[in-house]
Amino acid sequence: MASESTTAHPFEDAPNHVTPTVIHDPILTKTDFKRVGTRPLRPDGLDKVTGRARYGADFNLPGQLVGLVLRSPHAHAKIKKIDTSKAEKLAGVKAVVTAADMPDHTGGDQSMYDILENCMARGVAKYDGHAVAAVAAIDAATARAALKLIKIDYEVLPHVTDVDEAVKPNAPLVNPKLFTEGVEPKPKKASNIAKRTEFGHGDVDAGFKEADVIVERSFRTEQTHQGYIEPHACVASVSPDGTGELWVCTQGHFVYRNHCAMLLGMDVSKLRVTSSEIGGGFGGKTHVWAEPVALALSRKANRPVKLTMTRDEVFRASGPTSATSIDIRIGARKDGTIVAADATLRFTCGPYYGMWAELGAMTAFACYDLKNVRTVGYEVLVNRPKTAAYRAPSAPMAAFAVESVVDELAHKIGMNEVDFRIKNAAKQGTKASYGPVYGPIGIGATLEAAKKHPHMKAPLGKNQGRGMACGFWFNFGGQTCTDINIGPDGSVTLTVGTVDVGGSRASLALCVAEELGVPYESVKCLVADTGTLGHNDMTDGSRGTFSSSMAGIFAARNAVTVLRERAAKMWEISVEDVTWEDGHAKAVGSKYGNLAPLSLKEIAAAAGNTGGPIAGHSEIVADGAGVSFATHIADVEVDPETGRSKIVRYTVIQDAGKAVHPTYVEGQYQGGAAQGIGWALNEEYIYGKDGRLQNPGFLDYRIPVCSDLPMIDTQILEIPNPNHPYGVRGVGETSIVPPLAAIANAMSNAFGVRMTHVPMSPPRVLKALEAAKRA
Amino acid sequence: MAVLVTTTINGDRVEFACEPNEPLLDVLRNRLGLSGAKEGCGTGDCGACSVQVDGRVVCSCLVLGVEAEGREIETVEGLAQGTELHPLQSKFLEHAALQCGVCTPGFLMAAKALLEKNPNPTEEEIRFGLAGNLCRCTGYDKIVRAVQDAAKVMRG
Amino acid sequence: MQYEAPETTKAAVGLLAKAKGSAYVLAGGSDLLVRMKGGFVEPDLVVDIKRIKPMREVKKTASGFTIGAAVSCAELNENKALIKAWPGVVEAAGLIGSKQVQSRCTVVGNLCNASPAADSVPALVAAGAKAVIQGPKGKRKVAVEDVPVGPGRNSLKKGELIEAIELPARKGKSGDAYLRFIPRTEMDIAVVSAGVSLTLGEKGVIKDARVALGAVAPTVRLVKEAAKAIIGTKLDEAALEKLGKAASAACSPIDDKRGTIEFRTKVAAVLAKRAAQIAYKRAGGK
Repeated sequence: MASESTTAHPFEDAPNHVTPTVIHDPILTKTDFKRVGTRPLRPDGLDKVTGRARYGADFNLPGQLVGLVLRSPHAHAKIKKIDTSKAEKLAGVKAVVTAADMPDHTGGDQSMYDILENCMARGVAKYDGHAVAAVAAIDAATARAALKLIKIDYEVLPHVTDVDEAVKPNAPLVNPKLFTEGVEPKPKKASNIAKRTEFGHGDVDAGFKEADVIVERSFRTEQTHQGYIEPHACVASVSPDGTGELWVCTQGHFVYRNHCAMLLGMDVSKLRVTSSEIGGGFGGKTHVWAEPVALALSRKANRPVKLTMTRDEVFRASGPTSATSIDIRIGARKDGTIVAADATLRFTCGPYYGMWAELGAMTAFACYDLKNVRTVGYEVLVNRPKTAAYRAPSAPMAAFAVESVVDELAHKIGMNEVDFRIKNAAKQGTKASYGPVYGPIGIGATLEAAKKHPHMKAPLGKNQGRGMACGFWFNFGGQTCTDINIGPDGSVTLTVGTVDVGGSRASLALCVAEELGVPYESVKCLVADTGTLGHNDMTDGSRGTFSSSMAGIFAARNAVTVLRERAAKMWEISVEDVTWEDGHAKAVGSKYGNLAPLSLKEIAAAAGNTGGPIAGHSEIVADGAGVSFATHIADVEVDPETGRSKIVRYTVIQDAGKAVHPTYVEGQYQGGAAQGIGWALNEEYIYGKDGRLQNPGFLDYRIPVCSDLPMIDTQILEIPNPNHPYGVRGVGETSIVPPLAAIANAMSNAFGVRMTHVPMSPPRVLKALEAAKRA
Repeated sequence: MAVLVTTTINGDRVEFACEPNEPLLDVLRNRLGLSGAKEGCGTGDCGACSVQVDGRVVCSCLVLGVEAEGREIETVEGLAQGTELHPLQSKFLEHAALQCGVCTPGFLMAAKALLEKNPNPTEEEIRFGLAGNLCRCTGYDKIVRAVQDAAKVMRG
Repeated sequence: MQYEAPETTKAAVGLLAKAKGSAYVLAGGSDLLVRMKGGFVEPDLVVDIKRIKPMREVKKTASGFTIGAAVSCAELNENKALIKAWPGVVEAAGLIGSKQVQSRCTVVGNLCNASPAADSVPALVAAGAKAVIQGPKGKRKVAVEDVPVGPGRNSLKKGELIEAIELPARKGKSGDAYLRFIPRTEMDIAVVSAGVSLTLGEKGVIKDARVALGAVAPTVRLVKEAAKAIIGTKLDEAALEKLGKAASAACSPIDDKRGTIEFRTKVAAVLAKRAAQIAYKRAGGK
């Protein structure tokens, strides 16, 4: 199974980097900042407001063809025969590709084989939208005509798309060779449950016996999509000599390179991948979908191929998040102490194993200090597209269920929901439900801030309710490689390998400017292609700014060592007598009293005579990503006659460790909250009885529009992460975790209805309101 | 068969040939090198391809290239006057009203059309005026503030 | 595909009448181009009517208003006389799509597209609007509710097109209103909708009314029972209750991705009542 793989875990960084919360060797050195914490303009901004920025589809190569993919209209079907002969004969068609053109180079690596099969069906189409063939032609019209000429003989198989249906004993099997992992004895019968995982400590059954009040509920959440506005797009060019180039919108071009090279049977070093500006990813661009197909088409045609997905393809055939079914049971004493907590989580993975329920099981109770806790996750295969990460993957659904029950429990005990949470909040030294012991963390601080926030005391209008909820995300670190090169004029090029998804180029330049003691404006941050730097893990798990700033600071420190050496040479003194302060080399000691400090610019200008170009380099595994917590407050107004909800006020309070660029941190808080609100109220994949996706477009997959939302207030707390030189924690993901429960709790407080099914769309809310009225 | 079309884009006379069923968006991006307008959906649901035709904001994915004959088209590439940014462009930068930026050209064109009709819009008018433009990064907060601020500057 | 942009109605009818294969009229394109993009239609001929001058005009006449088929909904929303006479119709037209779509879309296109959820149609039906049809055999007028015959199907014959919509003149104390239910605040297709037009007689008593519902049947439905429920009343609680019941009773919706039978049936009543209250107020009722 995939868990044995080291090259392509379904969630690339997760196994290595979700747990390092124990502080072994604190490296925090800095608390007084001159540049970090200011709000300069982003370096990529001008190109983005003038239309010059180049995204995935904004790049072209000479002689480029148009690639298109033919997709299965069936949820589950055996592919008996593919006849591409007519398409191949059509004038203007330069290549037709099927699974036969993409031989298996994965060498027994199951998770890479799953990726290969997901990119192009091999004998069986496993979901509506699964790629079955592709063409490259001189223009889009010819390519479209060619797709119509491909004849496929399908044998439709029974399918299952619903999470609860899929775990039933007689459900149609998505993969008849799949036996549940993680259970003893090993099952003899195949099932749709790929893996069982369990976390926790203490004695849960004994704990419940101590409880005065127990609340037990089941929840469901529907599948959502990241909904980035830019569809996947790439330009692939493979030459007969086995070298290739790929221009692509991705969150991780090094990982794309590694995966594509393996799937195509190429040498990693011979495939150069350049990441374009990325028009949103939120986890959805951490995985290859059509890129290997574009490379295969280019290789066969011996011409560059541009392949862009339509919005319909993005919804049907990229990676949405899981649909879930979750059971929660929490018990507390009358004094408000939680004595036991138990969760069973079933998460859909699409047709291939992923660690989605596992992440849900790990995050579910992470906010609380619990003596007795158990979480069990089941990875469930269904005939839906392969699940991918979506911003704090799996945490929002788990938090929806847990935070709903926590609120209900608080009220049953007769405690205020904030005080109840404060009483049970995890703190430094708490053993987390998923294993590690926390260092300094911010859950308590965000709750205290919420309690004091004016929002909590503001009056509510008619049909309005207020709710709150907490959220957690691990934050990742991982492999990172960074260069600093100082130009002859003293300006600085910072070259990083983490894709900028939210303004990290500005934040990273701030950190390096801080460390070198030079103005922000003199540091230019670039995202390098894969030929320029060593491997970098993806921008996922909120690791971009955390890990590349750590590597950038270390690279700057290495550059400072060189700068000091050069200054020593210029002064002809010992390097031990040279320090670096505020962008200048200074000679230490009274004997050097008449030596004026040398600026970085002066040292750079002399570099040709003191040993050549000045650079700093750093390659690290950025361990010690500080965990992240947030508390949200939501005011919701519901039309009692139609069930329609409107968010009238919203506040995000979150720990940033250290906010490098506070405006961009706010942007992350607001953006995550908006996605969570959309998830809570209207977003969902709707499948028909035929197993086909009914709403693959922005018309009926309803992400929030501008008029749906209020201003989103933010409060940034700074509880430094001792494992980062500046105290930085990732900030990108936690903000999507609390909204589902915060809104459900608001509805409960306003109308006394407990919503257990997300999205809380008008028909569901109206039904609940009427049921409550009858009761 | 391709049709020859003569039109005006950002004040310049432009001639192009396109297929009769080809959307204006494809003409701009693939034939004229104006890739500021983006295809987010191709069905008029996201607004990323917004341009102005004869002074009205439209989704260029829902206009045929051949319809451009004799019309005046404005795209994001025509917003700045030389090196001087349009106030909306400056304010979007200043307020961090963009993250990934792929929706930004569409928002700028829609906001320009909004402020031309209504120089002093309320927050609600801005939110409804921009409801045809999807942004998935910002939660719209900073976009609304940028438009409010730009409106103030433009009113003088 | 052949694209033509004739300058007269006669030329447009001629092109449509002699077309071989599939022929489509292009006004705003906000339905046609979406269907082309999805590969659902592949027209052989597209006739763009936006260069036909009379079709670009809204005319106020003694008998009411004539709205040309190529007038965009944005233009309707800038026509003060029309807004004053038929605020509900203009509001409904203004709800179709985004500002971008508004710049292009037309009420005639909305009508001919024949979606049961079309926003402008219930308001037009409630208003008693007529469609002016031009074709190879000359001109004919039909009630707006007779144009759609099923989802995506209309009653136009080969070579025919709708040249304009006629709205009657407003007399006395009259008002209309249109409301739709959507899950978001914008950009959605109506899950259920209601248009109400009414005229008051002596002492605020409703003497005439028309009620139309959208998205609750294969075509927009004119609900005479609902109108009956409020005629002769001052829209008191009992009348509203009766109106709601009649509206719900007239629903024969489907369960689909946008809503359930149960939800549509219930909310049809809510919207009919609310729209009637707005129309009543606009008519000067208290």
